[in-house]
Amino acid sequence: MSASLARADNRIALSGPLTAPGLGRLWPQAISAARAASGTPLTLDLSGATILDTSGAALVLSMETAHGGPLTLTGATPHATALLARLRAAQPPPGVSPGTPTPERPPGLFEQAKIRIEFFGVTALALTGLPRKLRFLRGADFFRIADRAGQQALPLVLMLGFLIGMILAFQSAIPMQRFGADLYVANLVAISLFRELGPLLVAVILAGRTGSAFAAELGTMQVNEEIAALTTMGIDPATMLVLPRIAAAMLVMPALIVAMDVSGLLGMGSVLMLFGFPASAITAQITSATGPQDFLLGLFKGMVFAAALALIGCRAGLTAGNGPRAVGEAATSAVVGGIVATVLLDGLFAVVFYRLGL
Amino acid sequence: MAPLISIQNVAQKFGTRTIFKNVSFNIEPGEIFAILGGSGCGKSTLLKQIIGLLAPTSGQITVAGHSVADEVEAVRKTIGVMFQSGALFGSMTLLENVALPLAVFTDLPAAARNEVARIKLALVGLGAAAARLPAEISGGMVKRAAIARALALDPPILLLDEPSAGLDPITSAEIDRLILDLRDTLGATFVVVTHELPSILAIAGRCAMLDAKAQGLIALGQPRELQANSTIPMVKAFFNRETPS
Repeated sequence: MSASLARADNRIALSGPLTAPGLGRLWPQAISAARAASGTPLTLDLSGATILDTSGAALVLSMETAHGGPLTLTGATPHATALLARLRAAQPPPGVSPGTPTPERPPGLFEQAKIRIEFFGVTALALTGLPRKLRFLRGADFFRIADRAGQQALPLVLMLGFLIGMILAFQSAIPMQRFGADLYVANLVAISLFRELGPLLVAVILAGRTGSAFAAELGTMQVNEEIAALTTMGIDPATMLVLPRIAAAMLVMPALIVAMDVSGLLGMGSVLMLFGFPASAITAQITSATGPQDFLLGLFKGMVFAAALALIGCRAGLTAGNGPRAVGEAATSAVVGGIVATVLLDGLFAVVFYRLGL
Repeated sequence: MAPLISIQNVAQKFGTRTIFKNVSFNIEPGEIFAILGGSGCGKSTLLKQIIGLLAPTSGQITVAGHSVADEVEAVRKTIGVMFQSGALFGSMTLLENVALPLAVFTDLPAAARNEVARIKLALVGLGAAAARLPAEISGGMVKRAAIARALALDPPILLLDEPSAGLDPITSAEIDRLILDLRDTLGATFVVVTHELPSILAIAGRCAMLDAKAQGLIALGQPRELQANSTIPMVKAFFNRETPS
């Protein structure tokens, strides 16, 4: 039997189970009926109500409010009467506001810039003060971070490098074949990988894997007040948490770039060999077109990217707000900020290297 | 009258480590039943087994006539749970937290859902904080809001995991009074996992005590009677706040 309503003169009868699952259709009817009877005395008959839980009681109270005048209850069981009395007593006095959530105001551009500059300054201070705070460093943490950022990223870097090398070779071979210059694909891919794509692609991988992980881990520590605990113990979070992460990222970056370069060249070589070029010709093209300088410039750029990515990831985590949403926002900020910073730095390097003739 | 919750020869192992074994007791409708014991004795594990979040290694649990192993959905419809940390959804206001189960499991219109949720919050004394976020309220208010959410669908059974842990004595006493009040008003059955002695003595009609060393149930009965008459060293020590002899 479902909950139902019957209306006659100044009397409304509710019957059946007045519980949350059965009130969907009845609720608007009951409120309308109570509102229609406003200004006249109204009797609410609950003698047919088989069960009345807090949702049913909420309906009765809402009907009272909608009616706005005297409402006489009849037929209510002692339990229903007690429940209604308890709920009436629990109502906050009229005029008491249910409170409002503190509005979330994202920091403005100036404030964001200030946070970043301040964090950079704090980290620089931690670096200069490091010799006096070597006790804050934990070797095991450093190797754990380096392992996660480096060794665990290696399969992904190798796979992406090989695929990118193949794709570049295929895409550039098609137009270059027209001029009979398809062997020069080796020069193009090698120079691109060494100077640009190797460090850039590894930086994007590092931003997605490691920068976001730093932000999530430190953001969770921030939310759980672990950062406050470190500070109150007199341990500088920048020295204990940020510097090892920057060092670990800078340490693994060159190794990952080498892996990316080598796998990219292998991918390119496999395509050119499919086109019928011997391995010796491909190797000769690579060695003639590139020198140690191209390779080392790529490694240098990569290490700067790694430092920036780690710094941004740590900043996003340590300046996270409160609550679970803050951790997600910190991770997003780390990835987006990391990629933007990498591209900006890459542009800067392009200009500087051009001016220096490198 | 058939027991509302029946726990028969339940055991839990994690790998080779036995948490407890041969645990059996019944919980009757309308009572406030405390599951108590020291840290690590398996109180919260037993609670998770009753909700169906953890399958016992052996044994049988039935809730309102439904086997937890075979009819977990039916069991969950009869249970509201307050988790130890409150587990309120941080991105929702208290009103939205309480209204969520109503939105999912009933066809109440939005205005009605909000009205029901507001009244449940008022019932636990949070009528004036309905629009606040969980991060903006105190620990005691979080526990009360979590109880209001557990009450959302008026389940006949409420499982409360450490409702007064970490609260000051006044707030803790307020929560105890709220539980007694809700039992009397709603007629619900409460299963309270706790190791707060004042709470146990204030609210529990009966209790089951688990012990990590004994790997199981060591006492079952009324808390005051156990406090006064138990000869089991661990039970005496627990109720008299002593170290076991």
